[in-house]
Amino acid sequence: MWENIKEFASTFFVTGDPLIYGADVAIVLTSIAIVFVLTYFKKWTWLWREWITTVDHKKIGIMYLIASLLMLFRGGVDALLMRTQLALPNMKFLQADHYNAVFTTHGTIMILFMAMPLMFALFNLVVPLQLGARDVAYPFLNSLSFWLFLMGAMLFNLSFVIGGSPDAGWLSYPPLSELSHSPGVGQNFYIWGIQISGIGSLATGINFLVTILKMRAPGMKMMKMPLFSWSVLSSSIMIIFAFPILTVTLALLFLDRFLGAHFFTMDLGGNPMLYVNLIWMWGHPEVYIVVIPAFGIFSEVVATFSKKKIFGYKSMVFSMMLISIVSFFTWAHHFFTMGSSANVNVFFAISTMVIGIPTGVKVFNWLFTMFRGRITISQPMLWTLGFIPCFVVGGATGVMLAVAPADYQYHNSYFLIAHFHQVLIGGVVFGYLAGMYYWWPKVFGFKLDDRLGKWAFWMWNIGFYVCFMPQYALGFMGMTRRLYTYGSDTGWDLGWAPLNLVSTVGAFLMGIGFIFQVWQISYSIRKGERDLTGDPWGGRTLEWSIPSPAPMYNFAVEPHVTTDDAWWKVKEDRAKGIKPAPVKLEPIHMPKNSAIPFIMSVFWFIAGFGFVFDWMWMAIPGLVGVAGCMLARSFSYDTDYYIPVDEIERTEAALRGRTV
Amino acid sequence: MAHATTEHSHAHEAHESHESLKVLGFWIFIVTDILIFGTLFACYAVLHTHTNGGPGAKELFEMPGVIAETFILLTSSFTSGLAMLALHKGKVKQLIAWLAVTAVLGAAFIGLELHEFVVLVEEGHKISSNAFLSAFYTLVGTHGLHVMIGLVWMIALMIQLSRRGITEVTTRKVTNLSLYWHFLDVIWIFVFTVVYLMGVM
Repeated sequence: MWENIKEFASTFFVTGDPLIYGADVAIVLTSIAIVFVLTYFKKWTWLWREWITTVDHKKIGIMYLIASLLMLFRGGVDALLMRTQLALPNMKFLQADHYNAVFTTHGTIMILFMAMPLMFALFNLVVPLQLGARDVAYPFLNSLSFWLFLMGAMLFNLSFVIGGSPDAGWLSYPPLSELSHSPGVGQNFYIWGIQISGIGSLATGINFLVTILKMRAPGMKMMKMPLFSWSVLSSSIMIIFAFPILTVTLALLFLDRFLGAHFFTMDLGGNPMLYVNLIWMWGHPEVYIVVIPAFGIFSEVVATFSKKKIFGYKSMVFSMMLISIVSFFTWAHHFFTMGSSANVNVFFAISTMVIGIPTGVKVFNWLFTMFRGRITISQPMLWTLGFIPCFVVGGATGVMLAVAPADYQYHNSYFLIAHFHQVLIGGVVFGYLAGMYYWWPKVFGFKLDDRLGKWAFWMWNIGFYVCFMPQYALGFMGMTRRLYTYGSDTGWDLGWAPLNLVSTVGAFLMGIGFIFQVWQISYSIRKGERDLTGDPWGGRTLEWSIPSPAPMYNFAVEPHVTTDDAWWKVKEDRAKGIKPAPVKLEPIHMPKNSAIPFIMSVFWFIAGFGFVFDWMWMAIPGLVGVAGCMLARSFSYDTDYYIPVDEIERTEAALRGRTV
Repeated sequence: MAHATTEHSHAHEAHESHESLKVLGFWIFIVTDILIFGTLFACYAVLHTHTNGGPGAKELFEMPGVIAETFILLTSSFTSGLAMLALHKGKVKQLIAWLAVTAVLGAAFIGLELHEFVVLVEEGHKISSNAFLSAFYTLVGTHGLHVMIGLVWMIALMIQLSRRGITEVTTRKVTNLSLYWHFLDVIWIFVFTVVYLMGVM
């Protein structure tokens, strides 16, 4: 009996590495601390009522934001572990298999559990406010999306201390990810972590598409919509078309591993290339899914801080929609070297280059907006300015990679690593951070400290170039990706070591930048400049017309829109002395909080964990629980209520210090 | 009192627009489901010749059973259409009756499909036998799973209809279910054509 328990524990818990024992201790201590604080301050019911069961898009956005910043920390630590291991030849810091796990989780977490939720955070925090809407189209589904994402992310992260992390790369190519080559549970964690959160992402795509199409304030025609909302529309369309492919791909890989099917195996007729095609049919649009909202953010930020209307609004809209279509015709550039015919390579090479054109149009539009504008260099603008050169270089190296014959040289080299980090950090991370700084006062009611923010910005920005410029050179010098160490001969004779050392220094500079941001946030919570106007930057769009933070119903009165930059128009009218028409408050229809999304997601987690370990006694009750939650929702009819007029009056008076 | 009535009319309006919003969302959900089936069809198209020397579609499929399944499912789509007519006429008993007929037909379809699978597996043609069978079971099985989910949903709706009658909310729910059921029918026509007809030809 004792022997059985010992054997079970030794396979169930990951052992043998001091880093993992450290993580175990950290997890236990943090959990105890959270439970203690919640109990001591009697905050359990508050947590349940205000956060866990909430269907308010703004609160859901805040939860996405917190989760994604935590994941940025975890993915960032992974990056620093890798860079430490590669800093010098023959480092003995990480074992080969541990290194594989670290680069796998770094990639997966950064794209799916950091970039995606940070993007959804901004969707939730901003889109309904920009549209002049009271909510998203499906508030219940929105809450479900968040909890599915969180449970998926937690399941994935659990693999670090329980069972073992996936180690077949961030896209889990077979046959490496098949049972024959990865017999442990790591790949199962990968499949179920992503599958569960992926369902949530798909639902978010549908939710925001309908929100944007149907919930806009009266008078806001599509072509009067703020550009960030346009970018969300474009991104949502791509989510709707790309994520079902991911769902199927992961399901088929699971069938291979679980029921012994032969979709992607090497034997009995399976075809691993089928997986590679499928995963990139999702994966390539995915990178545009995360970058397009950043383009929307830059458009808002540049216009606001240049005190000018955005240059080329229509071309901005057109280019975003074009990108969302062309992104589906570029997937095969990820495997130019895998033996497709020349004609296939040419098609994908050209479509990949073509996508650079609308992107270039956007960069010029931002520059023309700034031209002769009254520019204020505030936090959001700083990140936007940092983005432009970074993204231009990243775009140029992308076009270099798109040249199919040349790709035979760059393929799987550090040149590629440098390129995609340049577009993903320069485009997505800088973009979302610009968005975070821009909308922070709207969400929390105070600005983030400027001085600490500048330190963070320069650490990130300089660190970025120091980290990745050497990697372009390393790519040309023959260093391949997924390499866990190199000998002193290649290190010193071929000159890899000095460049790797410099690159590692750059990675740590970015890490310091992140620490400055944590400091900046914790400092600003206490001492940041409070925003009493609701419009701290002199904004142009509707979200700045209401108090910060916004009341739960967003707009006491539905705004009527006549032009683009609707709030700017109102401010101009006021300056001219035109008074707004008197308004009458009406009761506001709101959705009720619900515990079902949280409970259903917990059941998904249970089912996922059961499937990971092949424990049907756990997986089946989990799925039954999911079905039960769906039925419970179907049978609940009492799902909404009205906020009476006097309560709205009281709230508004408290927020604005006057009556409406 | 005047206040109460305005609030009520307002409530009515908000509800109605909310229900139509949910139908639109369901249409988009169906788009994503079409993509799921599209991907599965693509995999089947790639792998349907990969039998690894084992028997292919021509040797395995028994058409009479499949044709019976097809007729049953098409009929169920028709009866779900009759249910919609009853809904629009406001006849709740008729509506529940037609939904019940649809559910019985759906269950018969599932029964026949399971029988087909059991016979194949007993003959030794399993999902793990080769890539062709993996793709076959996954594609046809995913459709079958959808039908089963539809059945549970249908029963849940029949209970709700009998309790609450025809309201805005139940109307929307039956509308979505009907959309879903027709959609499954369309998918089956593709399964029938691509997997079975083209398989045995």
